[in-house]
Amino acid sequence: MRKFLLKRALMLPLVALGVTFLLFSLTGLLPPEMRASIYLQDQRELTPELMQELIKEHKLDAPLVVRYGSWLKNLLKGDLGYSETARMKVTEAIKTYLSATLELTIFAIIPIFFIGTRLGTVSAVKKDKWPDQLTRLLAITGYSLPTFVFGLLALMFFYGWLGVLGPGRYSFETDMLIHSDAFKSYTGLLTVDSLLNFKLGVFWDAVKHLILPASVLCFGSVAMLIRITRTSMLEELNKDYVRTARAKGLREAYVIGAHVRRNAMIPVITLVSLQFVRLLGGVVITETVFDFPGIGRWGVKAAQQLDLAGVMGFSLMSALLFVLANTVSDVLYAVMDPRIRYGE
Amino acid sequence: MFDERTLKRFRKSKASIFGLGLIAAFLLLALLAPFIAKPQGSDPYQMPQSGYSSEPQKPSAGKIFGTTESQYDLFYGVVWGARTAFKIGAAVIFVALAAGLIIGGLAGYYGGWADEGAMRLTDVILAFPGIVLAVVIVAMLGPGIEKVIFAIAAVSWPAYARLFRGDILTVKKQDFVTASRVMGAGDFWIFTRHILPNSIYPVVVVASLDIGSVVLTAAALSFLGLGAPAGYSDWGQLVAMSRNWILGAAGSPFAYWHTLLIPGGAIFLFVLAWNLLGDAFRDVLDPRQQ
Repeated sequence: MRKFLLKRALMLPLVALGVTFLLFSLTGLLPPEMRASIYLQDQRELTPELMQELIKEHKLDAPLVVRYGSWLKNLLKGDLGYSETARMKVTEAIKTYLSATLELTIFAIIPIFFIGTRLGTVSAVKKDKWPDQLTRLLAITGYSLPTFVFGLLALMFFYGWLGVLGPGRYSFETDMLIHSDAFKSYTGLLTVDSLLNFKLGVFWDAVKHLILPASVLCFGSVAMLIRITRTSMLEELNKDYVRTARAKGLREAYVIGAHVRRNAMIPVITLVSLQFVRLLGGVVITETVFDFPGIGRWGVKAAQQLDLAGVMGFSLMSALLFVLANTVSDVLYAVMDPRIRYGE
Repeated sequence: MFDERTLKRFRKSKASIFGLGLIAAFLLLALLAPFIAKPQGSDPYQMPQSGYSSEPQKPSAGKIFGTTESQYDLFYGVVWGARTAFKIGAAVIFVALAAGLIIGGLAGYYGGWADEGAMRLTDVILAFPGIVLAVVIVAMLGPGIEKVIFAIAAVSWPAYARLFRGDILTVKKQDFVTASRVMGAGDFWIFTRHILPNSIYPVVVVASLDIGSVVLTAAALSFLGLGAPAGYSDWGQLVAMSRNWILGAAGSPFAYWHTLLIPGGAIFLFVLAWNLLGDAFRDVLDPRQQ
């Protein structure tokens, strides 16, 4: 076990380093003048002399490896440049937007877990009967319907027609309140902060703005969990110990709940941590549709306007989270399933 | 991998037949596009515009799907969009599969540092959520169909390389390969005559079933404004054009439903068809689910 953990822990920084190099080498596609924009606070200040100075200072016309070295040094110092679209430093932008995205993904992952495992179990137990057919129909619709189409449909109904739920992260009144002195930010998660400040109105407003994007994320991602749960349950249901349990005269509900589900959950649990980060890819579109001020919307805006520092910061952040979650998932798997550990 | 029994099970699944039928219909639409919707300008992929008002028009006798923002003809866009979808899907799969086969093949056959290097490269690319890396690449290259194709291929090939490499590793250890080597066969002969025929089919099947998800990603990029140029017949762009109109007009919230539902429905049906086919294949081939 220790050897396995050590190996994973050593892989982590290596892959992270590879990720930074890959991202950085992509900037090699751009001319040096464009690369200079990373270090620019205000485009209006730009003069030809300043441009030459920036190119010289950051060695922007040097070969790739030299540039990478100087960029990496800045990165380790926590300096990722200035994001034009966010109008703040990239590190600050990440801090601001990541909490919004985190809140959204938490609101999506909880229903994904419960609905996914529940429907997956039902689907396996009632294989080929109507509950299974219905669940599979739901699942395949979920991953065939594009997030942006479903999101716009949801807005059409709940915002355009009913007028109850809208885009954004909070309403105008809440915006005024949370940026006044009467509101203290503890976690950056609006739902948690509002409760800590005893502002139920803000809490309700935040929840109202989370319902639609979280449901859209959930609908798109729950299908995969349903499928994995179903496959895993079916595999376990065919095993000998199930027959033994039934032959002993145990009630079917007990066999499923106490025996089969427990074993079937091993791959499922590890998948949830992966799912969590897959959502971080999903938020790119969902946040754009709902104009939700998270890391995904920022990344897309940065890409549209060629805000190079923003694009780099956003993608670096996504990739590092992704790598981290992959490692967590692997380790969890090894902890729960001894066959992985000893199979080395 | 396709014995008689597998094919029989496949034919019995109604969902797969439905999926196959849908794909055939879309393919027909794409092939016959010049006859179904006559091109008017010099570039057939450019949607014709009737007028300059930005407000979409409802479906009518002359324009059966109506027009979307800036008076682009929706029927024309949907028909030629099918062609765009197949074009992007086929091109991405071709490029990604070629890259995956070459890199995965070299890694699997030669092993050693070639394998180590190739696999670490796939590690790094797979460390990104696909859409994120695609967004970054398109941002660097600028929008355009060819760039979208390149970006999606660049994030898709590692999966094929890994799958192919794994299959090669299994085949490489078989006795007939050793026998051939003992008889003095060279690398090229062994690879093309013995290893390739025994390892290429799974990865080709997996890749071709990915056309649906490739088109979905391309549509998403277009929706984000990072794909097709303005006016290009592309379903994702048509959905993006509906964004300003989803709230409807005063007193009639669904006044512009057609701008969203028609192109959105086209993407949905296209992706659904490929997913139905893919699911059927997996169910049929996965012994654990029997």
